[in-house]
Amino acid sequence: MPAPFDLNDDTVVVVVGTGAGGGVLANELAQKGISVVALEAGGRYLPEDYINDEWDSFAQLAWLDPRTTSGDWRVAKDFSGLPAWIVKAVGGTSIHWAGASLRFQDHEWKAATTYGPVQGANLLDWPIDAAEMAPWYDKAEDKLKVTRTGGRDGLPGNNNFKVLEAGAKALGYQEVNTGHMAINSADYDDRISCQQTGFCFQGCKWGAKWSAAYTDIPRGEDTGNLEVRDRCQALRIEHDDTGKVTGVVYVDPDGNQQMQQARIVAVAGNSIESPRLLLNSSSSMFPNGLANSSGQVGRNYMRHTTGSVYAVFEKPVRMWRGTTMAGIVRDEARHDPSRGFVGGYEFETLSLGLPFMAAFLDPGAWGREFTSALDGYEKMAGLWIVGEDMPQETNRITLNYDVTDKFGMPVANVNFDNHPNDNAMRNHAYQQGKAIYEAVGATRTFPTPPYPSTHNLGTNRMSENPRDGVVNKWGQSHDVPNLFVSDGSQFTTGAAENPTLTIVALAIRQADHIAGEMNAGNI
Amino acid sequence: MGIQGKPAGMTRRDLLLRSVAAGGSFVVGTGFVAARDAAWATEVTSLSPQAMATLIQMARDIYPHDRIPTEYYVVAVKGYDTPETAEATEAGIALVNGAAEGKGYSSYLDAGWEADRVEILRSIEDYPFFQTVRGGLVTGLYNQKAVWPLFGYEGESYSKGGYINRGFDDINWI
Repeated sequence: MPAPFDLNDDTVVVVVGTGAGGGVLANELAQKGISVVALEAGGRYLPEDYINDEWDSFAQLAWLDPRTTSGDWRVAKDFSGLPAWIVKAVGGTSIHWAGASLRFQDHEWKAATTYGPVQGANLLDWPIDAAEMAPWYDKAEDKLKVTRTGGRDGLPGNNNFKVLEAGAKALGYQEVNTGHMAINSADYDDRISCQQTGFCFQGCKWGAKWSAAYTDIPRGEDTGNLEVRDRCQALRIEHDDTGKVTGVVYVDPDGNQQMQQARIVAVAGNSIESPRLLLNSSSSMFPNGLANSSGQVGRNYMRHTTGSVYAVFEKPVRMWRGTTMAGIVRDEARHDPSRGFVGGYEFETLSLGLPFMAAFLDPGAWGREFTSALDGYEKMAGLWIVGEDMPQETNRITLNYDVTDKFGMPVANVNFDNHPNDNAMRNHAYQQGKAIYEAVGATRTFPTPPYPSTHNLGTNRMSENPRDGVVNKWGQSHDVPNLFVSDGSQFTTGAAENPTLTIVALAIRQADHIAGEMNAGNI
Repeated sequence: MGIQGKPAGMTRRDLLLRSVAAGGSFVVGTGFVAARDAAWATEVTSLSPQAMATLIQMARDIYPHDRIPTEYYVVAVKGYDTPETAEATEAGIALVNGAAEGKGYSSYLDAGWEADRVEILRSIEDYPFFQTVRGGLVTGLYNQKAVWPLFGYEGESYSKGGYINRGFDDINWI
């Protein structure tokens, strides 16, 4: 019973994007009786539609609209038109994510204070802290039914995890387990338990993994308060002469421009599209883009310090069987500058199918050094490194006026240079990852460079002081009181943890705040 | 697939009789390229058979897997045999042969040993044609479902109920 709202209805909240941020916010608001129109650029795909084939799924789900890249990161060379591997669909990248659901460590909310000055880094403390977020994390973990929280069991470990676990323990690591996963370890919340099928990145065909696509979105629609308009691309946000936003101009599925009026607009299009939308909404009143009096819109783009280590053993591992991210080593997640860098990183198992392994193991490589590695595919184990990267002002999303999308709008350019701290951390992680696998008999190990970004963060960051960032502690624009940012772009710093749980917790908290402010007549 | 298995009724001797040109490891005839043992043969309509033979050999040399039969490499480059792309592809092959001539061979296929051909390819690896062929092989070769079992890769498992009861944790040596 989704309720269609009139384009001229200026009482609705318009949410742009329906992923872990926007999808959750839309549902949470709808549950509170607030009218919501959610605009989603992509189409609607449900578990029965997902394809357990890497390239076919990529063609179905990935955001493939043009983007450009620059900077010293290797992605700009190997995948110049594909800075990020994220999803264009109702439910957004919550279809693709692996399900790792980790809380920030307490000190990570205060990176500037904890780490002290880091040359070239634009570090800032979040205007919120662990105590503030604890109850919202509780709600998020309960919504996602995260394993090893709320009395829920962990998932069983697959072959890839068993190799990681044995190697990590041989090295003396203590915190090694099958993780905190938003993948059911038993039937909960109308979702069945994990069937160890693999292809977590291609959308869970069992629906065992949480995704907004088949939980929050339909539940919000069932209230009658949420209308999701799929295949509707937002072009710009309009405002009145008092500086308040009044609605969103978008292209409907037939290619016609429409304007949905709004009482409040919440932007949740991912850390590339969200700043692009704000920058594309420049006007005579806001010549540098909407909500950009600080000049920070698009800046401080973070993508986590990542990389993979794959190892070949004498005997089969068959790492693709079962949960893709099947386990974690957390010992290196601590802040310990004696290692030569600030912040920390996690090891998480990862596997790719043969087609993606060929594409990502060492992009551009050829010849027998490369093919002999793939010959060992069946005997490979793999892990992913995810660590805190440094926010830098020059790592940023800008509008590329030389390249336009099919609606004539400038596309996003993603500029990224690795910070020396990122490189030091990655090199440390490569060495430790290699050591983990050699401790259990690896005959060959490979340092695999970062994939196109899945964790895109920080381009509309939260700050206490309006001078330092784009939004306040509620994700509300410092400049425009009825404009919110509801995705990972509001992250002040990235922490070492996979971001989705924090995005969900912030969205639940933001919905509560918006409802309160609406009731009080403040917005 | 545009590739046949053993050509019907065609013996190795028949193939050799119909061949018109030296094709390195392959038999090159009017409108076709084939394996010397007749294990496969492929028709060529837009490209010269010599160019197709060169592409097949390049594919093997770029991503050599000794246990993968050549017919899968043929499938991986078969898509270049179109009227729209033939001219550009022939120009690319001319570049490859030019590099071979620079190293004293009459053509790429004339370089009889893999190490010599790899040296030729290294000299042109930054050229767009080489990168097009290499990039195309990443999907053209490794995304062939028929190739996956040769690497032990099992593909999708949803239709079989996943691995929950089929060995997701069956490792026995760790």
